[in-house]
This record gives sequence, structure tokens and C-alpha cells, in this order.
Amino acid sequence: MAAIRQTHPLLRAAKGAALFFYLAFALFPLYWLLKISVTPDRLIYSEGTALWPKTTTLDNFRSILFQSDFLSYFANSVTVSLGTAAATTLIAAGAGYAFSRFDFRGKRIVIALMLVTQMFPLLMIIAPIYKIVAAVGLLNSLTSLIITYTAFNVPFATFLMQSFFDGIPKDLEEAAMMDGCTRFQALRKVILPLTLPGLGATLGFVFTAAWSELLFALMLISKNDAMTFPVGLLTFVSKFSVDWGQMMAAGVLALIPSCLFFIFIQRYLVQGLTSGAVKG
Amino acid sequence: MARLELKNIAKRYGAVEVLSEVDLDIADGEFLVLVGPSGCGKSTLLRMIAGLEPISAGDFLIDGVRMNDVPPRNRDIAMVFQSYALYPHMDVARNMGFSMEIRGEVRAARAEKVAAAAKTLGLAALTERLPRALSGGQRQRVAMGRAIVRDPRAFLFDEPLSNLDAALRVEMRLEIARLHQRLGATMIYVTHDQVEAMTLADRIVVLNGGKVQQVGTPLDLYERPANRFVAQFIGSPTMNVVPVDADADGLVLGGGARLALTGAGAATTLGVRPEHIEVAAPGEGLIDGTADVVERLGSDTNLYVNAGDLGMLTVRRAGNLPVRPGERIGLHLRPENLHLFDEAGLALARPA
Repeated sequence: MAAIRQTHPLLRAAKGAALFFYLAFALFPLYWLLKISVTPDRLIYSEGTALWPKTTTLDNFRSILFQSDFLSYFANSVTVSLGTAAATTLIAAGAGYAFSRFDFRGKRIVIALMLVTQMFPLLMIIAPIYKIVAAVGLLNSLTSLIITYTAFNVPFATFLMQSFFDGIPKDLEEAAMMDGCTRFQALRKVILPLTLPGLGATLGFVFTAAWSELLFALMLISKNDAMTFPVGLLTFVSKFSVDWGQMMAAGVLALIPSCLFFIFIQRYLVQGLTSGAVKG
Repeated sequence: MARLELKNIAKRYGAVEVLSEVDLDIADGEFLVLVGPSGCGKSTLLRMIAGLEPISAGDFLIDGVRMNDVPPRNRDIAMVFQSYALYPHMDVARNMGFSMEIRGEVRAARAEKVAAAAKTLGLAALTERLPRALSGGQRQRVAMGRAIVRDPRAFLFDEPLSNLDAALRVEMRLEIARLHQRLGATMIYVTHDQVEAMTLADRIVVLNGGKVQQVGTPLDLYERPANRFVAQFIGSPTMNVVPVDADADGLVLGGGARLALTGAGAATTLGVRPEHIEVAAPGEGLIDGTADVVERLGSDTNLYVNAGDLGMLTVRRAGNLPVRPGERIGLHLRPENLHLFDEAGLALARPA
């Protein structure tokens, strides 16, 4: 068992090829996004499907940044996504902790209800949600989006957080309480630092979900100054033409926050933080 | 240091009673061991003393003050967990000093106490390591260090050695004994290992089925077990128990052998420890049997003897006994080493 098994070179080559094809397949749309965004308008239709345009330009980016409402869409999206991620994670962490550690009346019913909410296709409840939001006068506000997204993401995020809390031995909390902590201090000083990977994963998951959500944003927002980025993208489609270059440039820029966010949280996603706590 | 009193303590989960009528008075500086088979309620009792488990009925007092509703952090009791429960994101020094950190004591005072504890436990070179970089024995020491640093009124140990290998277990057992001698603190120790119980305890509490079976010094339990359960739980190999008929003159054993004893009227079973059975030539003892299996341990010899109607008897003799498997031997019993139990399993007064 100690010796490293030598794989057949052919098998290794096949593995490499399979990986390569998968990567090419997955990344090609992103590549195409980038390629169109730097292609001058006059070449988009004339050049056909060349892999890289003869001349490149940053004009699309320039006009996106300085001559469109893109920056305002962008800011709206950041607000909504961060707001949703923070609110959802906070609620989910609290609920997940309660589900993991306490036994209370109605716990099973609450869990069952949360599962039920995950069963229905979103399309079915768009109309009622619109009615509710309109009734409380929140149409065309970013708050309405944050509340709706949070409501939709909390159940799944709660299950996610609960499983992270379940992975932390109860003994640790009890040891902290014997050492002089209140339950809340034990949570903050011992449990929370160990839950960072869970919090990071939940934040990232909710952030990207909110960042790319179109359906509700389209329904609940019609004013230009409250549009989020995916809705704003549609403004590049006019009745007679599609401004592909600018649309793609906007798309490229939209990738940046997601990437930054994951770079920021990826160090918390490292597992194995609890090893050594208790004898396994 | 403290005196702990448990008065008629009970624990119920809904309608299920897992502990009842526990009355204990633990003296200042005493080493008390709770022992029993798994599921007997010993860990639950310890957790009730710690404050991690609510007390369903009865009173728990420390130095005369009722503690039932006092949260664990205000009881000033330290606990060593079976799983060690070290904080994985803190190094050894911070793990040991965590209780002082929580109480807001200054860094210098903390460092001094942690260093002293680390030195006594042989951890001085490891204070900057994280728990995951430690071996099982070292983790165990850190867990003990965490308790020592606090200088608590009482120490609780919940099966602290059960995750260690046999050699390390003996070593840590000695260390705990030394710790108790040095600190002179009140300690309560839960184990299912009767060797740990016998070697460490000032007094042992034997629990079974949520009830205290007997409380006494290790030798009390060995020499005067209160009932059949304690008799068979304490001592290794386990005490032999055989059915008997009692009449005015004494006992009649299954195989027809008679033992002259007075005051054995209500006895239905007879217990005798393996080390109290003497081996004689065939026909010269009270009972005859065939040595079925012979185990030679060097210092002792264990014989498993098929004694016909009496069933299997275990015999333990010091030294190397020249008995071969299959050989007929006689077994002799001395009246002063016998234990008699009545129908309910309670011990009868020792035959004089």
C-alpha cells in the first residue's frame, strides 16, 4: 500500500484529455463573453466566429462605465447581494444553532415547513409575492428584493448551517461553560470561530444567488434607479438591435465582485478546523 | 476545596427515571469514584454535579450552599471530559488559561499559572502547539492542565482514560493519583473500569440501574459486598456464584457437598472469589472438578474448572500451578471467605 501505484500513461493521458474537455466546455462561454467585449462593433458581425478579433478595443468598457447607468445598477446589486447575504446568514446561523443544539416544542413541524417551502417552483408564487410587496408599498425598492431573497434563501441556508453546527462537538461548549462562559460567550469564543467555514460557505452561496437573480428583480423593480445588474443588462436589448459589445463588457465587469467575494471567503472554506478538539 | 452533599437526588427524562434516591456526602479532599456498567447513570450524575444537566429532584449542596439552580460557570468546579474537549483553534497555553481569560484576569498572572501547570504536567515545550498537533496522552494532559490552572473547589473526571491505550492509561492513572495527593482537592471520578476505581478511590460508589448499590472504601466493597451485583462487579476475575440449599446445619451445594455453617438460613446462593478457592488433590477437597482451561500469567495461574452440577468455577492461585488441562483436581473452600446471598441477592451477615 505504501508504494504509489503507477498508472498507465495512456490512462493518464485520457484523464488529462477528459479534464481538458470539461474545462473547455465549462469555460468557453466565459471566454466568448470576454472576446465579444473587446471586439469593436464593426467587427462583431463581419468577422464571423474567429477565436480572437483582429483588433481589440476597450471602448465598450469605457461607454459602459461612463455613458450608461451601469454603475448605478452595479451599486444596487452590491447592496442587494450583500444585504441578502448578511441577513440570510445571520438568521440561518441563529436558526441552525437552535435546531442543532436545542430540543423545543414544534421543532419537527418547523423543519417540515421549511422543507415544504423548497418544493414549489418560484414561478407559482411570483404573483402573490408581487401583490404582497405592492400592498406594503415596497415596489421599486431594494428593500423588497432583500426581504424576498432572504425569505427564499433562509431555509436552505439554515439546513446548511445546522449541519455545520452538528459537526462541532457539544463537549466544547460544555467545557467552555465549565470554564466560566455563559452560553452566549461559549458561542462567541468557541463555537463561532469553528463555524467560520460554514458561515463563509453560506455567505458565498447566498451572495451569488442574489447577485444573479433576475425573475423577482424584473417583477418588483421597474424604475431605472432601483434596477439591479441582471435587469439592467436587459436595457442593452432595444426594440431593433442588441448592443452585444456593451452587454458583454457589462457581463465581464459583473463577474468581478463574485470572484472577489470568493477570493475573500475561500480561506474560511478550508476544512479540518476542528481536528484535534476531541478524540475521533 | 469543598464538601459536596447530594440529598435524595433524582433524574427523570419525562416519565423515565434514570437515577433515584442518590444520597452522598463527599468530604473535603476526598477522592470519590462512581463506577458501574454503561447506562447505570454515573455520567448523568456527574453532569448534574457539574451543572450541565438539570437536577429533577433533591438537593445538591457545595459547602452547605444549594447549587441546584446555579449555572456551571458559577459552581467553581472543573471537569475533564472523556473526549478532552480542547478548543481546537487555541494553542495549549490559551486552552489552559481560557478560564482565567474569561474571568478577565491579567495576562501576566495567566501566563505564570499556565507555565506552572505546564511544567508539572510536562507540557512546557508544547505550549504553543495546537491540539491537533498533540498525541492522545498530551491532549489528556492539557485537559487536566486546564482544570488545574483554575484552582477549583472540586474536580470532575468523566472517564478520562478510556480513550488511551493500556500502557498510557496506567501512567495517567498514576499521574491523577499524584495530582490528588499534591492538591488535596475534592475529586469525583467516573469510570466503568473497576481497576481504576479500586486503585484511585478513597471511597467507591457502585451504581446500577440508576440506584446506588453500595458506598464504601475499595476494601469494604471487596470484602463485604452488599449484594450480588457489587460482589460480581468488584474484583477480577469475577466472583463465582453457585446455587445452594440452606438448612439448620449449613449449606448443601449442587453436587451434594455439605458445608457446616451457622446462620445461613435464608441463603440461596453462595459466592466465592477465584483467589479464595484452594486447590487440593482429587477427592481431598470439598468439591471435585476437571481443569478445563489453564491460563498461566506468570505471577498467577487462572483455572477454569468444570465442577459438574455446580457449573464452571474460576480459580486463581499465585505462582505457577502444575495443573494440566483435563486433569482432575479437588477444590477447597474456607468458610471465612464465603459470601452468602438471599433470594433478592442481598448479602447475609458473614458467617462467623
